[in-house]
Amino acid sequence: MLRMRHWTRLVVAVALLAVVGSGLVPAPGMAGPPQPAKGRGDKCVEPTDWMRRFHMTVLKHQRDDTVHLGIRTEKHSLKGCIDCHQVKGEDGKPVTVSDSRHFCRTCHDYAAVHVDCFDCHASRPGEATKTGGATDSPHAGIAVGPSDVTALNRYLEGSGR
Amino acid sequence: MRMKFEIPDDHACAGGKGCDCEPSVAHVGAGGAVDPVEVGRRWFLKTAAAVATTVLAPGVTLMTFAEVDAAHAKPAGEAVSSRRRWGLLIDAAKCKEGCTACVTACSNENGWTSTGHPATDAQWIRTLKVTSRSDGSTFQMPLMCQHCANPPCVDVCPTGASFQRADGIVLVDRHICIGCRYCMMACPYKARSFVHEPLQDQKPYAPRGKGCVESCTMCVHRVDAGGTPACVEACAKTGNVAMIFGDLNDKTSEIAMRVATYRTTRVRADLGTDPGVHYQNI
Repeated sequence: MLRMRHWTRLVVAVALLAVVGSGLVPAPGMAGPPQPAKGRGDKCVEPTDWMRRFHMTVLKHQRDDTVHLGIRTEKHSLKGCIDCHQVKGEDGKPVTVSDSRHFCRTCHDYAAVHVDCFDCHASRPGEATKTGGATDSPHAGIAVGPSDVTALNRYLEGSGR
Repeated sequence: MRMKFEIPDDHACAGGKGCDCEPSVAHVGAGGAVDPVEVGRRWFLKTAAAVATTVLAPGVTLMTFAEVDAAHAKPAGEAVSSRRRWGLLIDAAKCKEGCTACVTACSNENGWTSTGHPATDAQWIRTLKVTSRSDGSTFQMPLMCQHCANPPCVDVCPTGASFQRADGIVLVDRHICIGCRYCMMACPYKARSFVHEPLQDQKPYAPRGKGCVESCTMCVHRVDAGGTPACVEACAKTGNVAMIFGDLNDKTSEIAMRVATYRTTRVRADLGTDPGVHYQNI
């Protein structure tokens, strides 16, 4: 009787281990670690591992330099990230942050860290212009439908996950 | 006939050491004169860098004049300095009543549009119709952030978000603006507005968003790249040429010469804000 109990315990323990163990490896079809969109060119402006950890520090430093001192180097600018790591949607145009495939969202959704940058900043490349940005109509060439606006608002207000 | 531009000696440093004005200004003394030919030569030498020359074939040369003015284009990695003071000169006599080219250009450039709430919509620049109480005569003038040397908006900002760049451009750092709107109250020109609605697809070079105060940036992204503000460019395109942009500290610039030559006015100069925007014929 005692022996039977031991046997039962062992079976239960093995079964439990099997269940827990299988949880560590994602089953086919389940989402694994995020795979953010690769940028243009061979490598990032800094080593990839370093950027994963410190990109926010670099961006914050650059933002102060740009706004207060007028330093507009491209290397560590948010605009540089957005230009290089754009993800094309079905319509062939870069997706905005309202789309879960967006470069920033891939990781930030996974890590559950909310990005506030795009409350103000453009989340996709705009017309390539620095000194002659004026077009005949605002947002020319970028079609934004009501559903895009709703999706973006949902995301920005934190309920779009 | 050669005309002489008299430049009064209002340059306080008198060329002594410690002055960081342009060495090329040569500190024209009291009653000193600047020869327009000399000014033209300087301008040409400074602007010549913006001319790209390509030899297409032996004996055939293609010259293109870039729109940016190399004279004030700074390297992207260089910080702005107080050697410059950017300013505008607006001639109300040349501003045609009913024309809104500057307003449209600003809106297109910076992406601010009507949200259907005219009482609270963003308004970086607007045209004013000024009517004389006595004789009923009218004129029109554009009004935007006056980029004061002593900006009240900067004085009152509790977070330091409202600030003045070294080159005199007054901006809002939206990263630290908490949207209290104290600066809107303080501004004697009603130049600032608040974003009430969520926005999308802003211009990459002109970020703006809900919950922040904003105003004319003197198209800082263009200026840093050597360009001129969109309103000035649009006004020139209409043929009215009522607006001039330039460096008030550079005595050889068109704006500084005109400010020195003609009697210009600044709106509510009595407040001592020392605006960078000068007006003529108001």
